[in-house]
Amino acid sequence: MTVQQLSIFIENKSGTLLKVLEVLEEAKIQIIASTISDTVDYGIYRVICSDPSRAYLLLKEAGISITLTDVFAVELENKPGQAACAMKIFAQAGISINYMYSFLVHGKGILIFRTSDTEKSREVIVLNKMTSITNDILNSLAEE
Amino acid sequence: MDDKSPYLHPQFETLSREEIEKLQVERLQATVRHCMNSPFYKKRFEEAGLKPEDIKSLADVRKIPFTTKQDLRETYPFGMASVPLRECVRLHSSSGTTGNPTVILHTQKDLDEWANQVARNLWMVGLRPDDVFQNSSGYGMFTGGLGFQYGAERLGMLTIPAAAGNSLRQIKFMTDFGTTALHAVPSYVTRLYEVMKDNGVDPRRDTKLKVLAIGAEPHSEEQRKRIENMLGVKAYNSFGMSEMCGPGVGFECQEQNGLHFWEDYYIVEIVDPETLEPVPDGEIGELVLTTLCREAMPLLRYRTRDLTRVLGRSCPCGRNHIRLDRMRGRSDDMMVLRGVNIFPIQIEKILMQFKELGSNYLITLTTDDDNDNRTVEVEIADMFTDDYGRLQQLTKDVTRALKDEILLTPHVKLVPKGSLPVSEGKAVRVVDKRKVYQ
Repeated sequence: MTVQQLSIFIENKSGTLLKVLEVLEEAKIQIIASTISDTVDYGIYRVICSDPSRAYLLLKEAGISITLTDVFAVELENKPGQAACAMKIFAQAGISINYMYSFLVHGKGILIFRTSDTEKSREVIVLNKMTSITNDILNSLAEE
Repeated sequence: MDDKSPYLHPQFETLSREEIEKLQVERLQATVRHCMNSPFYKKRFEEAGLKPEDIKSLADVRKIPFTTKQDLRETYPFGMASVPLRECVRLHSSSGTTGNPTVILHTQKDLDEWANQVARNLWMVGLRPDDVFQNSSGYGMFTGGLGFQYGAERLGMLTIPAAAGNSLRQIKFMTDFGTTALHAVPSYVTRLYEVMKDNGVDPRRDTKLKVLAIGAEPHSEEQRKRIENMLGVKAYNSFGMSEMCGPGVGFECQEQNGLHFWEDYYIVEIVDPETLEPVPDGEIGELVLTTLCREAMPLLRYRTRDLTRVLGRSCPCGRNHIRLDRMRGRSDDMMVLRGVNIFPIQIEKILMQFKELGSNYLITLTTDDDNDNRTVEVEIADMFTDDYGRLQQLTKDVTRALKDEILLTPHVKLVPKGSLPVSEGKAVRVVDKRKVYQ
């Protein structure tokens, strides 16, 4: 139901992002999706990639401030209104979304998000028969 | 005293160099003899194999071991006193966050002489009993409060103990009471001007200000000029330190070319902070002061840790007391921010209380719009969260804890671990980019 996401503390300074990307490049780890949010002084770089456990260890060894986070990943049909439909379900259950990003892989829409209430979110996903996906599924989608 | 005289104490202010040095030897010998009443100095002299009779000339002052702030801490609270406590009437103390606080004791005569020094300074920059003096300095333990209060009263001015803060009230005092002279830290003068502007007060039109005394905070010539332009008055640099008494030790005359340090009250030496040997005139070194008139707690060769240089020993104003450049920095890691003395260790102590933070930090001081600002960069121990809210809450908590400690709000910036420079041996903790040191 959840996938592992790298959450990396990034200083707002040129070159800091490159250092992370070079470690991933060298280890031949593929980035499937990523997003940076920033405040004035720093940002969090969130990455969905192949082999997140290995990526985590390599980056940590390289001295990067990083944590592994479980985030929800659901698959949506690639047509208008699907994201709204999914979010409505969470809103009605009184769950707020901490952050969310989405991407397309081979014609499928993937929604990655973290919520204020992990347990309740799991229930909502099951009860509403949403198609949640795992790292393995994501990997195979990415490799197709 | 005749208002027309440029000197409040002509008998001391206009001494020739020869007369100054003769007076200094006499007063040094008396001070050293008096210091033998202090358990600390008695022991110091015995250890150094030195007797008061060994001090025969002014150069002999160099035989005397230095006194440091650490000595003041180790003898806390009363171990430095050269008189019984019953003869003391006042105590000033610095904050004790880096160990024991330091205590400075005063007899009534010490307070009188302190007031005389401040009065001499204020007279020197043209103030007379007709003037109205507003002191916007913190009162209490901070010597800029009572020091200027008693000095201004000694001169005979109407003196307003406005104390620090509450800018609107300060401005109302100024306009209502006809304040002609103001004492404040430079960054506060800038603040006052901003508030005046916001409230439609024109200092040239709406106040009678003619003299500013600024001090207790490092500032550049450029900052002084800007302050003078803002208020349309002369701003004179004041030097003081609680160990010597407080403000009054040195002050600019109307030439505004260096601070006259009063050599009838102090012996001034400038030494290399590493070798502790004297440096030639014009070269920057550490200011070392010996008190010549203090009863309760005379200090011999006190290392001030302030860096400055000798500009000259004569002046068109007719005073031959040594002129020193504005303070150029510190030979230890103490920072002076808006008149508050801060050691990096105080900041370190607070940071270490947060388990989310690493042990590396860097304090950067800058001047923005004439205000001293401080940024504290601190490494996070590890990425302990994926949640912005928690990172920002941490920033807020650290900011508040630091403010409680140093009384000023820093800009706290979290940085990834390993991103701050780690130097070999002693880590660089403070980067001072303030204009004053450029």
